[in-house]
Amino acid sequence: MTARRTALYDAHAALEARFTEFGGWDMPVRYGSIIEEHHAVRKTAGLFDLSHMGELRVSGPGAAAGLARALVNEPGRLTVGRAGYSLLCTRDGGVIDDLITYRLEDDVFLVVPNASNRESVASELRERLAGYEVALEDETLATSLVAIQGPAAAGILAPLTELGVAGMRNYAAAQTTVAAVPALVARTGYTGEDGFELFVPWDQGPAIWTTLLEAGAGLGLRPCGLGARDTLRLEAGMPLYGNELDRGTSPFEAGLGWAVKLDHDCVGQAALEARSATPGKQLVGLVLQGRGIARHGYDVTRPGEAEPIGTVTSGSQSPTLGRPIAMAYVPPADAAPGTMLKVVIRGSAVPAEVVPLPFYRRPGP
Amino acid sequence: MDLPETLRYSKDHEWLRTEHGEAVVGITAWAADELGDVVFVELPEIGRKLGQDETFGVIESVKTASDLFAPVAGEVIAVNDALGGDPEMVNSEPYEGGWMVRLRLDDAAAADELLDVAAYRELIGG
Repeated sequence: MTARRTALYDAHAALEARFTEFGGWDMPVRYGSIIEEHHAVRKTAGLFDLSHMGELRVSGPGAAAGLARALVNEPGRLTVGRAGYSLLCTRDGGVIDDLITYRLEDDVFLVVPNASNRESVASELRERLAGYEVALEDETLATSLVAIQGPAAAGILAPLTELGVAGMRNYAAAQTTVAAVPALVARTGYTGEDGFELFVPWDQGPAIWTTLLEAGAGLGLRPCGLGARDTLRLEAGMPLYGNELDRGTSPFEAGLGWAVKLDHDCVGQAALEARSATPGKQLVGLVLQGRGIARHGYDVTRPGEAEPIGTVTSGSQSPTLGRPIAMAYVPPADAAPGTMLKVVIRGSAVPAEVVPLPFYRRPGP
Repeated sequence: MDLPETLRYSKDHEWLRTEHGEAVVGITAWAADELGDVVFVELPEIGRKLGQDETFGVIESVKTASDLFAPVAGEVIAVNDALGGDPEMVNSEPYEGGWMVRLRLDDAAAADELLDVAAYRELIGG
């Protein structure tokens, strides 16, 4: 299957982006240095094309009740104009995908799944919503999604819209126009920084991208690819589907138990309740004390033992900390911060300390 | 693309600077650019004897890890310890501060078999 291109493909190519296939899409992985793009988001601002993400619109009188049945929490508890983190789980309590749900109107929700899971989430939701008076439309190919992230993001965006973006709460969302382009603006992101995500009509993607790049040019805004998005979310301790999350993993193992409301009736409820009490593994942060980078799939061992007890899910050099960091699944007994473990890198066991997640928390306001 | 005329090049994107039966080895600007930000370089012990095309180390960028191959046979007589603290020199000055190992060549003429700059330029597509 040929990878899809976003409406911004030509804009990325003009910026000499390097592309990579991700979730069925041909996406920019970096424009220049991933580390410089990463620092731009931490210190000033970065602009991301996230048009590969899915947009599923769920609307109708049964939307709130249907989504409550389908998901591990109740998007109907959100007030209009607010967003929340949620999960779609199997009957066994494994993760099909993690999602952001936006309540746009009383009976209208926008559900944003990962690119690679869009079709399986859409078909699973359709099945679970079948008994409810609700319509599900996949608007992914009609929507461009651009994120502006970093401490300078609000200042760059504010002059382009009548929406008072500086006063928006985290996880708030509102329909407005940005530089005359109709946009759903949400104060959400996946970088550990303040920032906004702008959902616009597909063919308006290039206009909003160019407008934002020009508006931020003197304020340190730079285009950022999926490479920086990955190191940013890793430092922020945010799970990525396919790395930390899959159908064999429960939300509780992934540290996402806070998102699961066991007191409501939903698909997988019984399994989730059982798995909340007996997680088989636990996601931890590791800071390597030796040399080398821990990568996805590498074994984790106890000091002095050869038998693997766990697996690295994501790892990189942390641009902010200047040290190699990783997330890994280990037995709950080995998950306490301060525990010394080893990561096997090309046959050598490199010492690594269990640390609390996230690795990085943005300075408070 | 910065490709010094005086160097020899391998198909694995390493460069060689030979002098007095020894050779300094690093990776080309093209390879460094393909890898992106280099964050770690694992180098061999001094004294190790390497056959041609033998793996002598690993270079890691933010996104990937790649093996380093000896373009010619020889004994490792020096390694660039400065890369431990400043691996990004592989990106910023691949032919100077970014060098990796110095070899004593088994065959001083072996480097002549490698690519010259024109052939390497052709390999990377211009």
